[in-house]
Amino acid sequence: MAKKNLSPTAGTRDDTEGMDQFNTVTRRILVVYLPLAVFIFVLLFPFYWMAITAIKPDHQLTNYDRYSPFWVVEPTLDHIRYLLFETSYPGWLWNTMLVAFASTFLSLFASVLAAYAIERIRFTGARTTGLLIFLAYLVPPSILFIPLAFIVFQVGIFDSRLALILTYPTFLIPFCTWLLMGYFRTIPFELEESALVDGASRFQILTKVILPLAVPGLISAGIFAFTLSWNEFIYALTFISSSENKTVPVGVLTELVRGDIYEWGALMSGALLGSLPVVILYSFFVDYYVSSMTGAVKE
Amino acid sequence: MTDVPLTPRRPLLARFLESRNGLGLLFMLPAAVFLLCFLTYPLGLGVWLGFTDTRIGRTGEFIGLENYIWLFDDPIFWLSVYNTILYTVVASVLKFGLGLWLALILNEHLPFKTFFRAIILLPWVVPTVLSALAFWWIYDSQFSIISWVLMQWGLIDTPINFLGQPNHARASVIAANVWRGIPFVAISLLAGLQTIPQSLNEAAALDGATSWQRFTKVTLPLLTPIIAVVMTFSVLFTFTDFQLIYVLTRGGPVNATHLMATLSFQRAIPGGQLGEGAAIAVAMIPFLLAAILFSFFGLQRRRWQQGND
Repeated sequence: MAKKNLSPTAGTRDDTEGMDQFNTVTRRILVVYLPLAVFIFVLLFPFYWMAITAIKPDHQLTNYDRYSPFWVVEPTLDHIRYLLFETSYPGWLWNTMLVAFASTFLSLFASVLAAYAIERIRFTGARTTGLLIFLAYLVPPSILFIPLAFIVFQVGIFDSRLALILTYPTFLIPFCTWLLMGYFRTIPFELEESALVDGASRFQILTKVILPLAVPGLISAGIFAFTLSWNEFIYALTFISSSENKTVPVGVLTELVRGDIYEWGALMSGALLGSLPVVILYSFFVDYYVSSMTGAVKE
Repeated sequence: MTDVPLTPRRPLLARFLESRNGLGLLFMLPAAVFLLCFLTYPLGLGVWLGFTDTRIGRTGEFIGLENYIWLFDDPIFWLSVYNTILYTVVASVLKFGLGLWLALILNEHLPFKTFFRAIILLPWVVPTVLSALAFWWIYDSQFSIISWVLMQWGLIDTPINFLGQPNHARASVIAANVWRGIPFVAISLLAGLQTIPQSLNEAAALDGATSWQRFTKVTLPLLTPIIAVVMTFSVLFTFTDFQLIYVLTRGGPVNATHLMATLSFQRAIPGGQLGEGAAIAVAMIPFLLAAILFSFFGLQRRRWQQGND
């Protein structure tokens, strides 16, 4: 019944759509702009809600009858001040930054060498190694965290930032190597050959010829790796127990949530401040970020 | 062959390091050390731990399949398997449908296209735990903004108990997961859409194909390889999701939203039963392999059948 009703309308709609030049403005609004507006509203609303809660005074927070929940009358920085001066939040920010920088740097170093070896030195089994690297990317952290906790404990780096710096590369190296392999493939062989003829060693070729040309690829991989390690949660939750070593996601969740009374203002400012660094970084390098995300998929 | 060489032979090591394989090995060394120590070894160790009764602070002994037998009779484990499959299937289907829709919209001629693309990706960029906190506040049982708006419109009388009632909680966490996953699917598929030559669509339109026919007969087949990869990743991330559940419900109410990953964490770290937790994690592997093989080969096959590889 429903099918029967649908088919004639579908037929007429198809007729008009077949001719793009007759696309009316109304149609376009209904088919393109309205859905787009709904999508953008839904995708961005949680951030708006997060931001507005972060600057609302406590008495307005839940008093929806007197104050419109979508607006703030007297914005306050109390929650942010509380966060910065009365909790360990600045320390968590510093930890996250340190861990993200160190693990990104380590991963980039190892990945550049590995990607160059797989793509250009072409040792025996290079293709297999490339495939294994891709498979390593598919191994999820939620399978690895228990044995890793065991190892971290036995090595004696439990509850230290070093534990995170050494374990984050497990998911960063496969990703960065895979991305850089694709990037190195686009650099012409001839450049390398002429450098070899001129007597350059492989290492010189890598640092003087390949890397300068691969800067965009390095930025893409670096930005993506940095955000991935900034966002990491399960390892940080498992390997860190003392407050001064926590990262922002773990710290906000385990230390700011106390008892049954949720301090939404402080929680939301914590979430907002913790998101800002990656969002700012992202906004400067949108194209690199998109190209690394889609590049990993397209290969 | 035993002639005296013209130049003195250099040490074996130096010669090896100049050969293709030696140099390759040297360059692979840092990555290989990291991945062997912190990826391959833990993977094997995890499988081994699943066969032991290790607890936190006590090395365990080999107990064979006891953990698995124990889990087989554990209704909570089976509930978590059911939840994980439900969560993965529903969220992936929604992410795919909505993501493809959004990608098609963004593929139109739009003003400020790059700007839209940039802000749409925000949910994917922001740390999951922190955006999940925002959802936690949006899903608050008393002061949820969604409940408030619906009450203002007169659609409901009392606030919705988003995270307190099993099926509501399931729907809520799936919604939050879809919210976070749409950008990834949409932007990746958009990149795929942009590689499809416009001329193919024009040719089909000239031959009288309707827009629906052009979509199903031209766009979708050409997009299939990318859909396969994107959805493989999406299914993989959804199946092993931990953060969202941990923030929003911690598996509650009454284990209704426990996924295998959260159950494994709960048994292993707060519960201290490392062996049992590892067994649950290992039990995820067959599902993961099946999901990868299904979405990858299932969709890849269509590509070589069409012969454009």
